Amino acid sequence: MNEFKLKLLSKIGNESFARSCVSAFCLELNPTLEEINDVKTAVSEAVTNCIVHAYNSQEGKYIDLSVRIEDGKVEIIIEDEGCGIEDVEQAVQPFYTTKPDQERSGMGFTLIKTFMDKVDIISQKDKGTKVIMQKEFKKE
Amino acid sequence: MRLELTNNANCAVAKLNGELDEGCVKEVREKIDRFIAGNSFGQFVFDFAGVSFMDSTGIGMLLGRYKNLKQLGIPIYISNARGHVDFILSTAGIYTIMRKIS
Repeated sequence: MNEFKLKLLSKIGNESFARSCVSAFCLELNPTLEEINDVKTAVSEAVTNCIVHAYNSQEGKYIDLSVRIEDGKVEIIIEDEGCGIEDVEQAVQPFYTTKPDQERSGMGFTLIKTFMDKVDIISQKDKGTKVIMQKEFKKE
Repeated sequence: MRLELTNNANCAVAKLNGELDEGCVKEVREKIDRFIAGNSFGQFVFDFAGVSFMDSTGIGMLLGRYKNLKQLGIPIYISNARGHVDFILSTAGIYTIMRKIS
């Protein structure tokens, strides 16, 4: 078992740092390049959601990442204390976006669900959102 | 992200190099829009050969350019997207509105 926690400012550009950290941490499980890219994309989407949606691009807020690897599996928890999602079921629909004016594709959660084995979204309006995602790396 | 924009023989090419995400998308969008406003061409190609990573932010950028260029009657093509980037473009349905060329 191995674990790391990271507290990150809601700064544009930190999505790149977050996905690099998580993918580097997963290397001990010998993932394929494809599996690493899946994890990178999911982390990038979730952290971008925190910055752009939860905190509405306001800097100076915090995003918590917690990553745990065990038995060939990774569990990634990404949490914010932002605006929350009123209707999670609607938010995960492909192409649904609350910010069409910003050229948002509405594909963030769709890609997270495509690339991870299990995704849970727990959210409360004005309190924040917690995204828990898991992936198992295939053994050769 | 490095971006090279060229216009040859009525064909504009945006060559993207690096990682396409929230950190660079605003600059990419602005550069491309300035280029579109200042040049005349009949087709537009996004060359993804140098793109090592992309998330849904990139999809949003492509859809925005599609909307603008469609009004001018200019088709967009996608070339050289590999592996993961190609899969994301395909999952998001980009190839139904921008043809893949080699």
